[in-house]
Amino acid sequence: MTAHTDPTGKKLGMWLFLYTEIVLFGGLFVLYAVYFAGYTEDFIAGAKELDLFFGVVNTIILLISSFCVAAGVTAVQKAHYRIALAGLWGALACGAIFLVNKYIEWGHKFAHGIYPGSDRLVDGPGGQNLFFGLYFVTTGLHGLHIIIGMTLLAVSLVLVTRQKITPKNNAMLDNSGLYWHLVDLIWIFIFPLFYLVV
Amino acid sequence: MTSFYQTPEPAGFTGIRSWLITFDHKRIALLYLFSILFWFLLAVTLGGLIRLELMFPGKTVLGAQMYNSVFTLHGVIMIFLFIIPALPAIFGNFFLPIHIGAEDVYFPRLNLLSWYLYMAGGIVAIVSLFSDGFPDTGWTFYVPFSISTNTNVSTAVFAAFILGFSSMLTGLNFITTIHKMRAKTMGWLQLPLFTWSLYATAWVQLLATPVITITLVLVVVERLFNVGLFDPARGGDPILYQHLFWIYSHPAVYIMILPGMGVISEIIPVSARKSIFGYKAIVASSLAIAIAGSLVWAHHMYTSGMSDTAVFVFSLLTFVVAIPSAIKVFSWVATLYKGAIEMTPPLLFSLCFIYLFSVGGLTGLVLGAAGANIHVHDTHFVVAHFHFTMFGGTGFAFFAALHYWWPKMFGKMYDFKKAYIAAILVTVGFMLHYVPMFVLGLQGMPRRYYDYLPQYAAGNFFAGFGALFMIAGIGLMMVNLLTSLARERTAAADDPWGGVTLEWTIPSPPPLHNFAKDPEVMDYPYDFTKVAAVGPGAAPMDPETGK
Repeated sequence: MTAHTDPTGKKLGMWLFLYTEIVLFGGLFVLYAVYFAGYTEDFIAGAKELDLFFGVVNTIILLISSFCVAAGVTAVQKAHYRIALAGLWGALACGAIFLVNKYIEWGHKFAHGIYPGSDRLVDGPGGQNLFFGLYFVTTGLHGLHIIIGMTLLAVSLVLVTRQKITPKNNAMLDNSGLYWHLVDLIWIFIFPLFYLVV
Repeated sequence: MTSFYQTPEPAGFTGIRSWLITFDHKRIALLYLFSILFWFLLAVTLGGLIRLELMFPGKTVLGAQMYNSVFTLHGVIMIFLFIIPALPAIFGNFFLPIHIGAEDVYFPRLNLLSWYLYMAGGIVAIVSLFSDGFPDTGWTFYVPFSISTNTNVSTAVFAAFILGFSSMLTGLNFITTIHKMRAKTMGWLQLPLFTWSLYATAWVQLLATPVITITLVLVVVERLFNVGLFDPARGGDPILYQHLFWIYSHPAVYIMILPGMGVISEIIPVSARKSIFGYKAIVASSLAIAIAGSLVWAHHMYTSGMSDTAVFVFSLLTFVVAIPSAIKVFSWVATLYKGAIEMTPPLLFSLCFIYLFSVGGLTGLVLGAAGANIHVHDTHFVVAHFHFTMFGGTGFAFFAALHYWWPKMFGKMYDFKKAYIAAILVTVGFMLHYVPMFVLGLQGMPRRYYDYLPQYAAGNFFAGFGALFMIAGIGLMMVNLLTSLARERTAAADDPWGGVTLEWTIPSPPPLHNFAKDPEVMDYPYDFTKVAAVGPGAAPMDPETGK
């Protein structure tokens, strides 16, 4: 009989799951690569229309949030619960700011008549339609993952508050942290692909 | 010792409800067994309807639109709800932990969640039936038709999305379980071959499923928001959809067949009382199939418009997959050679498997060769080929597994004579059913067509005729197995076949905590010296007396 005594398995399972998330976005990146090769000029023109300011701010916000999560995970291992809570609150706040930024950014695009199926995109060059189509699908899916990640972090935060997550029993927090880092990492690929290709 | 059927039930969750909240891998396996059998029988009925419709030219029982929905539903159910989950979810769940000497899978709660996702996917598929009509796209959901048709594609695609999640989580669970929960004395080369095949399968599930997930999400996005990613009028490329679809769906073919091969690798040595020939070669070929099988997806697209170089490369890679598959077949045959063979229903099904799967594999080479493929592409030849591999392969392995492990799972033995008759009926019906389709395909009859020219009438009639035998055989098999559960039937011995893997060392049905004491792991999982010493024929039990 093998009893359930090996906590590293939980992390192994999480890493395997994270792999599937990468491949999920990988499908979109494949589409990007193929269409970029076909419509390089249109993609460059599309990238010029995206607001670099929002992209940079969001990148910085996510990097800060990753630091907060990492600090929180380490603090719990050392039983410094107040630092851990501060880190988690910080990460949640960053996630919220990210979403607000995204909302404003998408709103600007909508105001300029750039949204899936809009007249401007449908009648415009095919490559630009694809660029913005991929932009909305990819960042939309990423935004969804931000929300999932924030949910996981919020659950961990409650568990830390209730002392359910301890230095010996921190798999939930560890795995939420890994998930958050992955969401951050995927943005690190999305940002240059969409904003910096000029 | 009390079996896992009599486990203590928490207050408020007695009877059926205690099953719905169970974390026990054996109970979850049985939940899967009955839900999968339900879908299987439904899809068999739909398949029978298709053949009945095609038995005579013109309209027979179904209208044209209905026919399109029926073959789509048949495909969706058989692929996503039966063949992909059947062996891993039922027998993997039940026997993988026992095979490695563990008490349960690593993530028991995730395991139950997978079952609920499976049920949710099935229910969503049913819901799509009753709203705007089931999709008429075929199970591949090819764009642009899937984006422009008015039927309920989004719901069906969403169902497939949920089922993909379920399959992925099962794979994740199995990999973690095999890595982290093996008995301390069990090394990698002491794993039973079924477990090895599940390990290879789980990796394919994990590596490939997210690709179909994103592809299906994109179909829904296209339908809802009209982005135009696959629409040539707006710069998109429909061939890309086919690439993304088959990057998952071809490896999925190996998700279907690998566990089946694992089952056969269990049954053959036990029935021959002889150590399996080439244990390491079979392990390596499982992994080789998983790897090579992931690189051949575009052989579905020779006629879609690809560069000649791509066609050549994918054709070559497709031939390469035949090598590890052949290694397995030769190993099984070599195991039987000079073995002390004891004929049993699972062995009969296994032998039929080897024959039918070989035919399926060899006709796969015909399709893998680009020149021949262009002649028979999208004809009934393809239909016959993939039914030989999926039904003759995985389906028969599923039947074999049912008959091999039934006594262990339920502690009851079924009637051998009925099982033999059922096996022969299914196999003969199978041949009558699908061999005419090879001929029809070579003559040029396209697949999925509602009606046909008079020269195809004879072939279609014979095929429909064979379906009758096949369905009768499946019905007899199910009745035989299910009636064995009635109380007065004979109880099964702990080790009715003379097997030596760990599941045969514990009572039938197994107790809640699989092993009362730490299991004794053999140096080599197929060492029959102890069984052989008793003499062939001594170990298997007589179905009449139960001794």
